[in-house]
Amino acid sequence: MNATGSNGLDCCSDGEMTQANLPDPEQLALRIQRGERAAVASGLNLLDNKLADARSRSARLLAALSGERWLNDGHLIGVTGPPGAGKSSLVCAMIREWRLSGRTVGVLAVDPSSRPELGGGALLGDRIRIKNSSHDEGLFIRSLANRNQLGGVASEVWPMSGLMLACFDIVVIETVGVGQTEIDIAEIADTVCYVAQPASGDAIQYLKSGIIEIPDVFAVNKSDLGAPARKTAAEIARSAPRQDRREDWDYPVCLVSASMNTGIKQLQDHIDRHRGFLVNAGLLGKQRTRHHKAWVMRLLKEEFGTFGLDLAGGLAAIGERLSENRSGQFAEYERMRQHILSRFKSDNSSSNITIKEHHHEQAVI
Amino acid sequence: MVAGQKKRDQPWLMRTYSGHSSAKASNTLYRTNLAKGQTGLSVAFDLPTQTGYDADNVLARGEVGKVGVPISHIEDMDQLFDQIPLDQMNTAMTINATAPWLLALYIGLAQRRGIDPKKLSGTTQNDIIKEYLSRGTYIYPPGPSMRLIADTINYTITHVPKWNPTNICSYHLQEAGATPVQELAYALCTAMAVLDRVKATGVITPDQFPQVVERISFFVNAGIRFVEECCKLRAFGEMWDEMTLNRYQVADPKLRRFRYGVQVNSLGLTEPQPENNVQRIVLEMLAVVLSKGARARAIQLPAWNEAMGLPRPWDQQWALRIQQVMAFETDLLEYADILDGSPVIAAKVSELIEGARTEIANVEAQGGIVAAIESGYIKRELVGSHMNRLRAIESGDLKIIGVNCFQETAESPLTLGSDGSIMKTNPAAEREQIERLQAHRKSRNDAEVRAALQGLADAAKSDENIMPSSIRCAMAGVTTGEWGDSLRAVFGEFRPPTGIDISIDSREVLGKKDQVTELRTRVANTGTALGRPLKLLVGKPGLDGHSNGAEQVAVKARDVGFEVVYDGIRLTPQQIAQAAQEEGVHMVGLSILSGSHMELVEAVLQEMRTRDLATVPVIAGGIIPQEDAEKLLSQGVHAIYTPKDFSLNTIMADMVDVIRECNGLERLGLLQ
Repeated sequence: MNATGSNGLDCCSDGEMTQANLPDPEQLALRIQRGERAAVASGLNLLDNKLADARSRSARLLAALSGERWLNDGHLIGVTGPPGAGKSSLVCAMIREWRLSGRTVGVLAVDPSSRPELGGGALLGDRIRIKNSSHDEGLFIRSLANRNQLGGVASEVWPMSGLMLACFDIVVIETVGVGQTEIDIAEIADTVCYVAQPASGDAIQYLKSGIIEIPDVFAVNKSDLGAPARKTAAEIARSAPRQDRREDWDYPVCLVSASMNTGIKQLQDHIDRHRGFLVNAGLLGKQRTRHHKAWVMRLLKEEFGTFGLDLAGGLAAIGERLSENRSGQFAEYERMRQHILSRFKSDNSSSNITIKEHHHEQAVI
Repeated sequence: MVAGQKKRDQPWLMRTYSGHSSAKASNTLYRTNLAKGQTGLSVAFDLPTQTGYDADNVLARGEVGKVGVPISHIEDMDQLFDQIPLDQMNTAMTINATAPWLLALYIGLAQRRGIDPKKLSGTTQNDIIKEYLSRGTYIYPPGPSMRLIADTINYTITHVPKWNPTNICSYHLQEAGATPVQELAYALCTAMAVLDRVKATGVITPDQFPQVVERISFFVNAGIRFVEECCKLRAFGEMWDEMTLNRYQVADPKLRRFRYGVQVNSLGLTEPQPENNVQRIVLEMLAVVLSKGARARAIQLPAWNEAMGLPRPWDQQWALRIQQVMAFETDLLEYADILDGSPVIAAKVSELIEGARTEIANVEAQGGIVAAIESGYIKRELVGSHMNRLRAIESGDLKIIGVNCFQETAESPLTLGSDGSIMKTNPAAEREQIERLQAHRKSRNDAEVRAALQGLADAAKSDENIMPSSIRCAMAGVTTGEWGDSLRAVFGEFRPPTGIDISIDSREVLGKKDQVTELRTRVANTGTALGRPLKLLVGKPGLDGHSNGAEQVAVKARDVGFEVVYDGIRLTPQQIAQAAQEEGVHMVGLSILSGSHMELVEAVLQEMRTRDLATVPVIAGGIIPQEDAEKLLSQGVHAIYTPKDFSLNTIMADMVDVIRECNGLERLGLLQ
């Protein structure tokens, strides 16, 4: 379809009607950085929105939120583990402690979607299990369906967690671990915490699967069960220390009980300690830069496909571009998007539309 | 006419489940009902009383005096039983999480009137399991809750020996969708859990234990498939006899008798052509009186207009007259068991027993009913059964006259009344109750109250029976909220699994396949047009725990492609609006069955406006009278669904259209 087709009364008319409500991204970024809840909610909605105009505004929002602070502040924690391990209860117990110590918390709770041919719907949350019943302005929970994307976490999780990091001290991503999820989470979070369920066999499968290479901290929940919990902890501890990764990190295994509220503080201390380790080793900023880069490429690929990446100069060139501007990757991202879009349009349309404000980008890339 | 001279059996206890507005108004109603020939009382408490909150608690807003009478302290109890002699009355109380407290108030009142508690007779429902599964007025986690049940049993067995301390309910399981086999299995598993718990306390001596078994009674449902229901009750009797003999070594067959009360099915009562409910109620009642060997001890019938709102005194009178015609005009009570010896009945009973045994073994293998509740197993089973029922209604396989077939009707003179043919609770009841409560708080001796509450907390923390300290609290003028909060501080609170995480059904039974396919397309396309998948928040504001409707909507919405957030029951309007904001939903659906829809829906709308969410459409479902529905629509609610909207597919299509309309897209209209 050519560019003028979007003025027709076919399917595209649906989209146009709704664009009027989209927020101004730069204004929104300021409000998010001030911690306004309504702005956080609205920003998350925008990042989730796949309309063309919304994608542009999303990229602008991310660009406006970028900066050195985004590479150094806050703590992005991934909590994963098998179904029934008690992740929600554990996250709830940790939130209680964090809030008591005055830290603000944002949570992204990710749940599976049904298969697309079965409607793709999802039951989200148990947010009430995470949340204490009283009203708390320092806690924000967004649940999200994984939408079957590549078997791992939805590609929305990364920008959403980034947005939350701009206004909360702690951001937790809670997902059910199914192999690919852990790999994806490790590409988002500063610290990955695996929650194991005693005596379920899951831990053993996990050890065998090789994904045990990924988590930084292990929590064996339901320690009130006694011997089975200690056995599982011992099994993980035997397999956890690895030679090939950051040698100075000790991969702690904690015994916790969310229901009895024991071991929570120690687990949090280990999680804090891991962030300290990353900072001291000069790894935090580097790791986040690497993550941002990986996700920018993934977002570009999701939106435009391999052909689109080629239009922007190919993977290697994009990577180089991003590495050169580590705190401004999203400004780059938005420029590349516009470039690709304009190339698409000029390739597909004989009317040869040029978008004036994007002229300079062609020189850049 | 010789019927009068024949030897007839004693009829069952005849009750009407009632109570509303205030202790005073309810007392007047009770005395009127007793004068009409009712032979026992069945007290309905309001939701704050059932969930241990005072009338002025924020969660009680809109709920005071709605589904029952508010009882905040002993003076309310005194007023409720004004001019009713406690030692001559048989009083059933539908009370569960706070059962020890209401029983303490009743005993305290008797003591104050100089009546020996040993003369008190009646029942506290006191079955927490079905609250977790269906009715929703739980407070504490299963462990402490089972302990409270054991405490009331251990106490009453010596101090109030004519009392039925617990009434194991299969009733609400059927309302939640249970099949007869599930009803049998889960009720008997509950009874086992209670008896095992009592045994484990070690308070009851082995020679006393058969008396405990004898005091266990049941509260059963009877649906329209009355032959099967009759067989279910015969199966109950046989299985209970066997279980009490083999598992609990009760030698005396009289102590092994299956004693039960009945409220017939409310699930099948319809809002369209509501007069048809009368014949449904009669037939359902037949199931529990027909077989002498399995006959109910007490019966309460719903009124014909229950699906429309609260029944009026005349509606309740009609329900009572049904019982009286059955007992006194028919020849039913002149015969021995007329079903004994029927091979058809015997075969059906065996089939039910066999199915129930299998399911009991299944639950026992999971560690018993408490473990199977904590894991969500039983709730998922019930949600699944209920979904099957709704699908059968939708597809027309299960016929409901006036609803999915024979819908044409002449205008009914019964529903033309200027009162909308339902009872309206006193709108000033909440304010009056709060004033009364606050005056009461000022009038009592604070030191005594503090000491009594300290004693209660100490008992809760130790193994001491909760009843003596609760009775002391009652006498000292402690309030329902204070009693509830003291135990909350010790035991904590609990939210059971919602059970909606059942696997998606991909087979053709998913409604009519073409409609579901069409709905999935509509949901997906609308999501694409709006930029992201449609997201729905299903919320239950207030204290009403009847979550079956909300659960079915949540499951159905998921099945047609919505991303659904459902947090279970008992949320404040503020929590719901906050969730709507944080979750970025396209629509908020509220479910309210307690009659407090006006206050609660308005509060949710208000909270949403303060969060700048006025553009997010709100819809509501529940027992909402036409007049109220119109008011809510004019206040900005986008759609109201009531029991007459039986087709979930139609509701879903309408919800999609509401979202479309609110986002400037055209409606897609009815499904083909």
